Amino acid sequence: MSSDTIVTRDVSTSGKRAGKPAAHQSSLLDRFLMQGGIVITFLVLAVVVTALMEPRFLNRLNLLNVMRNFSFLLIPSLAQMLVMTAGGFDLSVGAVLAISSVVTATVMLVAAQYLPGMEWALILLSLAAIIFVGAAIGLANAWLVAGFSLSPFMVTLAMMSVLMGIALYFTQGIPIYGVADSFVAVIGRGQFLGLPVVLYIGLIILAACIVLQRFTALGRHIYAVGSDQRSARLSGVRTGRTLAVAYVLAGMLAALTGFLMTARLGSGQSTIGDTLALQTIAAAVIGGVSLRGGVGRAEHVALAALFLAVVANAMNLIQVNSKYQTLVLGAVLIVALAIERLLLRRRTA
Amino acid sequence: MLQVNGITKKFRGIVALDGVDFSLEKGEVHALLGENGAGKSTLINLIAGTFPWTEGSCTIGGQAVASLTPQTAREFGIAAVFQEFSLVPDLTVLENIFLGREQSTGPFLRRGEMRRAAEELLDELGFSVPLDEKVAFLSRAQKQMVEIAKALRSRPRVLILDEPTASLTDGEAEKLFSAMALLKARDVGIIYVSHRMSEIRNLSDRVTVLRGGRKIGTVVTADVSDDGLIEMMVGRPVEQLFPKIHHAPGPVRLEVAGLTTRDGSVIDASLVARAGEVVGLAGLVGCGRSELCRAIFGLETIESGEIRRGDRRVEKPTPADMLADNVCYFPADRGAEGLALIRSARENATMSSLGLPSLSTGPFLRFWRESDIIRKPLESLALRPMAPERKVSAFSGGNQQKVMLARGLMKPFEVYLFDEPTVGIDVGAKVDVYNLIKSLVEGGACVIVSTSELPELINLASRIYVMHEGRIVAELGESEHSEAQILSHYFGGQA
Repeated sequence: MSSDTIVTRDVSTSGKRAGKPAAHQSSLLDRFLMQGGIVITFLVLAVVVTALMEPRFLNRLNLLNVMRNFSFLLIPSLAQMLVMTAGGFDLSVGAVLAISSVVTATVMLVAAQYLPGMEWALILLSLAAIIFVGAAIGLANAWLVAGFSLSPFMVTLAMMSVLMGIALYFTQGIPIYGVADSFVAVIGRGQFLGLPVVLYIGLIILAACIVLQRFTALGRHIYAVGSDQRSARLSGVRTGRTLAVAYVLAGMLAALTGFLMTARLGSGQSTIGDTLALQTIAAAVIGGVSLRGGVGRAEHVALAALFLAVVANAMNLIQVNSKYQTLVLGAVLIVALAIERLLLRRRTA
Repeated sequence: MLQVNGITKKFRGIVALDGVDFSLEKGEVHALLGENGAGKSTLINLIAGTFPWTEGSCTIGGQAVASLTPQTAREFGIAAVFQEFSLVPDLTVLENIFLGREQSTGPFLRRGEMRRAAEELLDELGFSVPLDEKVAFLSRAQKQMVEIAKALRSRPRVLILDEPTASLTDGEAEKLFSAMALLKARDVGIIYVSHRMSEIRNLSDRVTVLRGGRKIGTVVTADVSDDGLIEMMVGRPVEQLFPKIHHAPGPVRLEVAGLTTRDGSVIDASLVARAGEVVGLAGLVGCGRSELCRAIFGLETIESGEIRRGDRRVEKPTPADMLADNVCYFPADRGAEGLALIRSARENATMSSLGLPSLSTGPFLRFWRESDIIRKPLESLALRPMAPERKVSAFSGGNQQKVMLARGLMKPFEVYLFDEPTVGIDVGAKVDVYNLIKSLVEGGACVIVSTSELPELINLASRIYVMHEGRIVAELGESEHSEAQILSHYFGGQA
């Protein structure tokens, strides 16, 4: 059954629309836009322009570097996407990253005294610890947002401040050294079939998010809650629980990023992740996630994260001052927002 | 099948429903009739489990039920379609129909199965709605159909329909009625809330009339006349729903010549409206009469033609200029276009008059006068309850309409444009609106009423323009407008 014919027939029967253009026709352009056309265009442009301007971009080592940075942005961006599609924001992703990094290193250091030489046990133990911490923070966010009807923006902003404070107080800003060697060698810097291990981890999480969004009732409930909470509740969706799942998953993913980042840096650091909230929101929005919730797809967010990773890499290669780099990130975000709004206006006009 | 006895509901001590008995048989359509605030929506919400009752008892299918929640009501086979939709705009039609009741294996959705079930359901109902379209892009009528399909997904034994035809065209309403007949034949009991007398007459087996939270009576529809029902509803004999309006056409207040809108919804329309008369705009929904009013007020882009106020031509009308020029427009969709629902009745009533000298000095509001100034308009419209500080959303539909109409009384406008002034409001409030129109016209104002209710046109208007597919196809004087004559032009027939 072709959906086009049905739309047309309905428009003609519904007299109210007569004489006006059809409310929504699936033109080729619309379909292109819906299927992530903007972000794909951005990405292709960025890759082509960078490759032409700077041949070193296509260097194998550089591409590996891009892949690694992409993965470190991808995972927290997916976290941000989950919360945003559920109608919220998570400004605390960066702080969770920092806490997680500190916890990872601390757990390894402390546990090493009891389990000397058992590196993988230490790694798994710290992984369990940060997953627990991330989940707990996510649950706290959800409890405040859903239980007290507080604005997610303010709750997670305050949470960010609290967590950053804890991380800084605990470490005095000094890196915690002494993580397990194989942690750094295998997870942080390791490769498998010529690609970074963290890339595989990122792609597995991406696949899981796609399955969640498309093929599970839970995924659909997340969209529903983000789009219209009242309607979702009336339809029998457990809105509080759905929100909690979104925030908890986000907390766990952010914590996992901190864990992986610690492996990459070889030390626990309380100062990483301070710009991550903006970056992840940028990736989500460029990937088509609506700021009002209810809309957004994991694969498009992944493309947007890759685009941002390529842009950042290009700026490093042509030695753009780091201060200008944040300027460019901001400008890209504004352009993406403006385009989203223009298209939205066109489609609903 | 469903029986409630002596059911009472108090909200913070205020009695909304007082010892009402109600029963529903298998395969029966039982209409609920009453003015806004009579307790209809309280009753259907109690049956749907939205909130618990204070006193009373309920049996469903012979089984005593101590209390109901939305979940338990659903388990008992009760489904409700309320006026406010429970659809999620960013999900597709298909996803919405199954929302909260997804069929899945473990965590994974059985998508093919759900699609087939939804197709079957829509086919059965005769609704054509694209399954993969996002609900946000549907018309209100299509949303209504999806909402009904969603309620029927669970194969209910009791279906509650709250003014389901308010947003449907006649053709769409017909589809709904045949779907109702189908359900009836399957022994589904239907509780039907509507303000439209003809629907109640054609569809229902019994009618229960509520007034002021009490049950006035339950009657077999065939045994009672329309006037009898209205009398039960308003508590006094209704000799005349419509006031006798004395028309005294004076100078021309508004002239439209050859007006065409850019989207083609109005084509080459010309009309004249004088002081002291009511000009009716008739035609099917979508014929362009709403758009004509909107174009005059500057809400549609005008391609060609002109609008004249007196001897002055209005270039590019905008709402702000037209208001300043003493033209007042009341939109059909008061919720979306007329009122700021979360603000108070007071602020809504004065919203378009804040620039008046009585209300402001320079940039500063004379807020201490505001309450005084709005009192008279709101009282003359009989706002119920008379609580100007209350949020507009807390008022019933008819009283929300009155808050909007109060705007037109803040200063003496010369031209009033009413678009569907009585849509979705009860008989009592309708009479208040008719009386308002009478007093405006007899006070020398020029009133243009666009409505799909033929009796309103016949009884209120002195002249009627009939529109068809964007064009004005006939102008009927007072002596010529009978129902049959107006209808003969509805489909474009020439006079």
